Amino acid sequence: MNLLKFHTTLVLCLTGISVCAKTILVDPAGSTKSIKQAITQAAAGDTILVKPGIYREGNIIVNKPLVLIGEGRPVLDGDRKYEILTIHASNVTVSGFRIISSGVSSVNDLAGIGAINTDRLVIRDNEFAETYFGIHISNSRNSIIENNRLSVSARSEYETGNGIHLWQSTQATIRNNHVTGHRDGIYFEFVTNSRIEGNTCERNQRYGLHFMFSHDDEYHRNIFRENGAGVAVMYTRNVTMTYNLFEKNWGNSVYGLLLKDISDSKVTSNRFIQNTIAIYMEGTSRTEFSENIFSSNGWGIRLQASCDANTFTRNNFMRNTFDFATNGTLVLNSINGNYWDKYQGYDLNKDGIGDVPYRPVNMYTMVVERIPTAVLLWRSFLVFLLDRAEKVFPAVTPENLKDEYPNLRPHDLST
Amino acid sequence: MTRVIKYVFYDILRTRFILLYTLFLLVSTIAMFQLDTDTGKVILSLMNIVLMVVPLVSIVFSTIHFFNSYEFIELLLAQPVNRKIIFLGEYFAVAFSLCFAFVAGVGLPMVLYGADASGFTLLYSGIMLTLVFVSLAFLSSVLTRDKAKAIGIALLFWFYFSLIYDGLLMWIIYTFMDYPLEKITLALVSLNPVDLARILMLLQLDISALMGYTGAFYKEFFGSNLGLIFSSLVLLVWIVIPVWGALRIFTKKDL
Repeated sequence: MNLLKFHTTLVLCLTGISVCAKTILVDPAGSTKSIKQAITQAAAGDTILVKPGIYREGNIIVNKPLVLIGEGRPVLDGDRKYEILTIHASNVTVSGFRIISSGVSSVNDLAGIGAINTDRLVIRDNEFAETYFGIHISNSRNSIIENNRLSVSARSEYETGNGIHLWQSTQATIRNNHVTGHRDGIYFEFVTNSRIEGNTCERNQRYGLHFMFSHDDEYHRNIFRENGAGVAVMYTRNVTMTYNLFEKNWGNSVYGLLLKDISDSKVTSNRFIQNTIAIYMEGTSRTEFSENIFSSNGWGIRLQASCDANTFTRNNFMRNTFDFATNGTLVLNSINGNYWDKYQGYDLNKDGIGDVPYRPVNMYTMVVERIPTAVLLWRSFLVFLLDRAEKVFPAVTPENLKDEYPNLRPHDLST
Repeated sequence: MTRVIKYVFYDILRTRFILLYTLFLLVSTIAMFQLDTDTGKVILSLMNIVLMVVPLVSIVFSTIHFFNSYEFIELLLAQPVNRKIIFLGEYFAVAFSLCFAFVAGVGLPMVLYGADASGFTLLYSGIMLTLVFVSLAFLSSVLTRDKAKAIGIALLFWFYFSLIYDGLLMWIIYTFMDYPLEKITLALVSLNPVDLARILMLLQLDISALMGYTGAFYKEFFGSNLGLIFSSLVLLVWIVIPVWGALRIFTKKDL
């Protein structure tokens, strides 16, 4: 028995790194004054505890599994020249720092924290200010990025990189971050099986969220507000987007959500409020849009004729200038069972479903689609008459694009 | 002048038309608020009243009233009273009573049921349109001595601004769609008070769609208070110019 106990202890001490890990203190007033020095001293699995102060150490490279903890939010300053933290090892945790002024270079993509070829990286509770890229992760697995705040005061999108940038990664979790002022708030390219939850991306220069070739990802409860061009998602399949809020993305070709070549995805229970175009779709297939709220948008949905087999059901369309716009007459999508506040039909059998179908594309939408300036005549008596005439004898609008079972009352959607 | 206004005002009240007009506005506004819980939609329906009914009633009523009080005006002219004062007295009395009817009929229920910024814009544009069309009515009244002709001119004004002008504008937009039309359409729109009031409302109700425009000029115009200031100023011009013209004709006219 004793021998067995001894063996267990020995094995634990030899292999279980955490048991024997030590903590190295970095303090401007202590013996170890720089983080670089601490990293050199540290063994894999050690914790480096950084005391308050301003650390100007150029490019700090983390090349072994370490836990870096900032106490009292120490500042890592890149002097506008360097990438501040570069991580090359797995099992690294960085938390509690304020990371400012990285170098600016579009050739090297300098970042506040850059990580290449890592596994189980954790970046938590940091503040980033005036970094070119905030967090730049490539070729990594199982990264967790949470509770960080990133902000930049750049004037144009050429002066700044993306807030949280992931490339060629898998199983990342991006949670409760706040990104503002960057080029793209969150940028994904070739990132799969990841979750993006509870983030707020506002007033970014280009897109709040931008992803391409990022299959099997989930986006929940994020807020995308007042971004330069809204949210753009492209060339991806099997994406789930739920409970997100897309708000006040205003301007010419600015979209709440731009879908381009997306297939087999779900857009459910989101809110689209006061966007110029809530959803713009191009080449989108087999995607389900349900239980979303479209309220006070310029256009609710702008569907290009290249989309097919999408279903829109149980959505609420309220106070939009135009509910639905399309550029073709062939109808390959189903839009049954939504609530449209412009519906004027009746319900004789009192089942809450309108007895006459609703055609959400009105004639003037088609005119505005061709001549944007014509929107100035919207809501004039003339346009009203034209629309009425068109409703009686559809000539311009796609006759078959209709909701066969429009709801008379808004769906009760608790989002 | 206040005495002239007072007499004309009593005269207007005696015809009971203003009371009926107030009642009509009141009943339809309350009915709309009762039928629909969404304030935005109510404002939208009310907007159609403001853009169509209010100008029509204002211009027709003012014209008829002017001719009905022709004898009264002639009587006053026999007295040592300045023509200018008589004319402006008539104008202010009619304009005030119509504005009062509108505010009481639409504004009161709106305040009771709770209104937002778009509601107040609606009230504002309603008042402005009333004033503009009373001005136009006085102009058409002094242009001719024949009552039927004057009503005809008044109706033509209304038709022109509510329908024909937009038709022309649409034709221009269609014909020149390949050219940058932004500034031109905006200039053309300001040549029509009804369109201006409509754009004031669009700025409230459809701002998201208006922001979808090409060109920084539009973004600036719609995004800031510039649109509001610009359209208010132009509406003011639309009120003052016809009255001024009518006044000039009236003071020189052989009645």
